[in-house]
Amino acid sequence: MLKILKYSFYDLMRSRWSYVYFLFYLLLGVVLLFLNNDLSKAVITLMNVIIILVPLIGTIFGVMYYYNSREFTELLLAQPVKRSSIFLGQYFGVATSLSMSLVIGLGMPFVFYGIFNSNAIWDFSLLLVTGAFLTFIFTALAFVIALSNENKIKGFGYAILLWLFMAVIYDGIFLMSLLYFEDYPLDNFSLIATMLNPVDLSRVLILLKLDISALLGYTGAVFQKFFGTNFGLLLSSAMLIVWVVVPTFFIWRIAKRKDF
Amino acid sequence: MIEVKDLYKKFGKNEVLKGIDLNIERGGIFSVLGPNGSGKTTLIKCILGMVLPDSGNISINGKALKNNYKYRNEIDYLPQIANFPGNLKVSELIAMIKDLRDSKATKDQELIELFKLQPFLNKKLANLSGGTKQKVNLVLTFMFDSPLIILDEPTSGLDPISHLRLKNLIFSEREKGKTILVTSHILSFVEEIADEIVFLLEGKIYFKGSIPDLKAKTEQPDFEHAIASILSSSYA
Repeated sequence: MLKILKYSFYDLMRSRWSYVYFLFYLLLGVVLLFLNNDLSKAVITLMNVIIILVPLIGTIFGVMYYYNSREFTELLLAQPVKRSSIFLGQYFGVATSLSMSLVIGLGMPFVFYGIFNSNAIWDFSLLLVTGAFLTFIFTALAFVIALSNENKIKGFGYAILLWLFMAVIYDGIFLMSLLYFEDYPLDNFSLIATMLNPVDLSRVLILLKLDISALLGYTGAVFQKFFGTNFGLLLSSAMLIVWVVVPTFFIWRIAKRKDF
Repeated sequence: MIEVKDLYKKFGKNEVLKGIDLNIERGGIFSVLGPNGSGKTTLIKCILGMVLPDSGNISINGKALKNNYKYRNEIDYLPQIANFPGNLKVSELIAMIKDLRDSKATKDQELIELFKLQPFLNKKLANLSGGTKQKVNLVLTFMFDSPLIILDEPTSGLDPISHLRLKNLIFSEREKGKTILVTSHILSFVEEIADEIVFLLEGKIYFKGSIPDLKAKTEQPDFEHAIASILSSSYA
């Protein structure tokens, strides 16, 4: 698997898009830090950008990479390489290179700003770790979608819908149901609903760490009340790991049964 | 060498293979023939493990294929359509496949020489013509020394000289006692090289034997007419 990972990674490192993505984050980091000059505000703005944008890029890149490398995949399938290593290697290659663009692109301006001498270092690291998690989660979901749809257009469509649902529609439905059922106790419902969406989960995770109660919102407040800050952090991190593992398992399973 | 037992495969409602039983012994050139859509490529992909059969067994050298991938070390496969990752250079692609197979003893230099590919080594695969891609494809296939070689339409896009070189290459591999499985629609090519033919018709094996046997069976004087008579009697 490592060999496939290596080749997928090199392949992506050469592509223009990795650099565009990297430069975008570099620019974003520079602008936010040096024009704003307030570290915690910058972290919050970054959080809002990361939480919407990272899943989008992960989904699109994942689907695009899978469909574009079909020929490469067919070449590999005839070689003495395990099927699961081919697909898992490609997946980890894409997700790793995207995460690296994110971490290095955002990390560099913060390092120059002097993050190591500041208290915000942990908030910032958590932000980057969450961003990396979101990349891994949404790339895996994109691979699952692409593997189960032979038709490119359909695959792209489902992938965009998935992102739209997780990033926008889910919150809408969630909010509506909170309003609609306001006469009932909603603590458990909102806890579970948050766990079931990695985007919300990341938001709560970062806000818990930043300890900005005004921004926590209903779910965040329930989270904090229920689990306390530390246990809440642990639990939401564990859920993020589950969100990576489950789609990865599906990649493995679908790849095992597919005809090429 | 290859043993196929009672192989069934359908894609959706389309039944492609309907009970294939095939036994291919070690050594010699076997040609798989059949009209379009008769299941040639599906059969080959089943042998390679790219298509998973619905039922039936395949074993190579007595080892069953299920949940096994190492056996592909003993197969060199030439795919029908030469599609490669476009942003790689020819030399990088060759190095990569070598790396993936962990194989040191290769004869890629010799083959690059044979097909006159030196001027293309530093070009990207996306910029090569169809015939040149096919030559790269041939180099990738023949550079390993595996006992079983599977060629799916090896002549497509080749110029006459390369065609001749390919034929000589196939003969020299046979001399080494290898088993070679070829599919082709070019009957003169098949007639020249094949020791035995396997004729697939509607997902079943219609005929397996040598070319003289086929001529005798169909009572036709030459190979082309023999094939035509099978096809016309099946379509009638």
